[in-house]
Amino acid sequence: MSELLKNEREIVVPGEEIVKSMEFVPGRNCFREGETIMAKKVGLVSVDHRVISVVPLNSPYIPREGDMVIGEVVSIQNNGWVVLIDAPHDAFLPLAGVREYIDPRKVPLSKFYSVGDIIYAKVSATQGRSIYLSMQDIKAKKFRGGRIVKINPAKVPRLIGKKGSMISLIKERTGCRIHVGQNGKVWLEGQDAESCIKAFGVIEKESASEGLTEKIGKLLGGAVKKEPITDEALKEPEKEEAKV
Amino acid sequence: MKREDGRAVDEYRPLEIKVGIIPNANGSAMVKMGKTVAIAGVYGPVEFLPKHKQLSDRAVLRCIYTMAPFSTEDRVRPGPSRRSTEISMVTANALSPVVFLEEFPTSVINVFINIIQANAGTRTAGINAASVALADAGIPMRDLVASIAAGKIGDEYVLDLAGKEEEATKADIPIAYSPRAKQITLLQMDGDLPPADVKKVIELNIKACEKIYETQKTALKERWKK
Repeated sequence: MSELLKNEREIVVPGEEIVKSMEFVPGRNCFREGETIMAKKVGLVSVDHRVISVVPLNSPYIPREGDMVIGEVVSIQNNGWVVLIDAPHDAFLPLAGVREYIDPRKVPLSKFYSVGDIIYAKVSATQGRSIYLSMQDIKAKKFRGGRIVKINPAKVPRLIGKKGSMISLIKERTGCRIHVGQNGKVWLEGQDAESCIKAFGVIEKESASEGLTEKIGKLLGGAVKKEPITDEALKEPEKEEAKV
Repeated sequence: MKREDGRAVDEYRPLEIKVGIIPNANGSAMVKMGKTVAIAGVYGPVEFLPKHKQLSDRAVLRCIYTMAPFSTEDRVRPGPSRRSTEISMVTANALSPVVFLEEFPTSVINVFINIIQANAGTRTAGINAASVALADAGIPMRDLVASIAAGKIGDEYVLDLAGKEEEATKADIPIAYSPRAKQITLLQMDGDLPPADVKKVIELNIKACEKIYETQKTALKERWKK
């Protein structure tokens, strides 16, 4: 195997060469010209076996099938709803994408979702420039109350963390109810919404650094789950055994 | 030859690039070149309206170049002018070849360039800023674009004309250059020069563009380092 010109997790800018070899394949945010694989965006290099990709540090949201997004209903048509999801094009939620059977001749569509409603929906299909949404998902719902915060769409995976570690930490510490859309919109409701937003800001700014979960844990107060082992904690189970 | 500000003939003015200066834009940059200051903000891609102007196979890169009223000694009349329309067009043409426009059909990527202080070389400063701002916005690109102007005074080829040099030169040739692909994306000439001289001036420009390109790269990387 030939040598990589950049290390893994090194910052690259558009047009920077990552590897000069046909043994590698360009992945996300990379392209090949001749033998060289180059970055398309400012981001961190990631190598998975033979696939070279770049994890972008900033990126516009491009909808992909299966994404959960938060959007605002902006208009009602006779066969569905037009939803604004902060992508280059508006999304469409057809009648077939709703859980209930609706006869549009009998019931006005505004009874289900009216203009201004905020919904959490799944991207069911992207055909060229048209984006279709669906509410036929367990997680899909209409929001009542709460507030919407915008974050950088490229930072959404970091906000969620590995297997949702980061978002569950924030939920646990602040007691807020949070839903994250892949399009960079976050819905939250709770007493301590302010510290949530503060945590989001830190995640956006320092997404490239390691040990971020610990840092957020500290910011929100207390240590991360790993509670210090004291003598009493060690004694506790013994007592219970004695009782039995 | 002695230059007004004591530079060598093949030396450009002190260059400073800052990335991410407009929090509300998707991407932004400021370029200071001597006394010339340009800021660029990138918004989009968003749907291109009116619909009949959309391109069905790629996005449109819309550049809008404006000079602040206070940017020069005489007040600049706000609003589009013959000059600013031309510069907007050449800037869009200079940047389009390096952007993967085909990834966003029927969309538009808006690039707003504002000259807040002008002292020669505003179009080149604007292109430098816009190219960095596009990369900062996460728009997929083949390469960055660097830009600079040069001319000929007396028998010497002079880089980055400023102040009175602009009047003394026989011609002023700004270029934009994509260093990786070795592609010239903008070439204009104000005045006239024989072909042999034009070649020499372009070579001088390309050398400088390669240096500017390095500055652009480091500026982009600096943004994400604490």
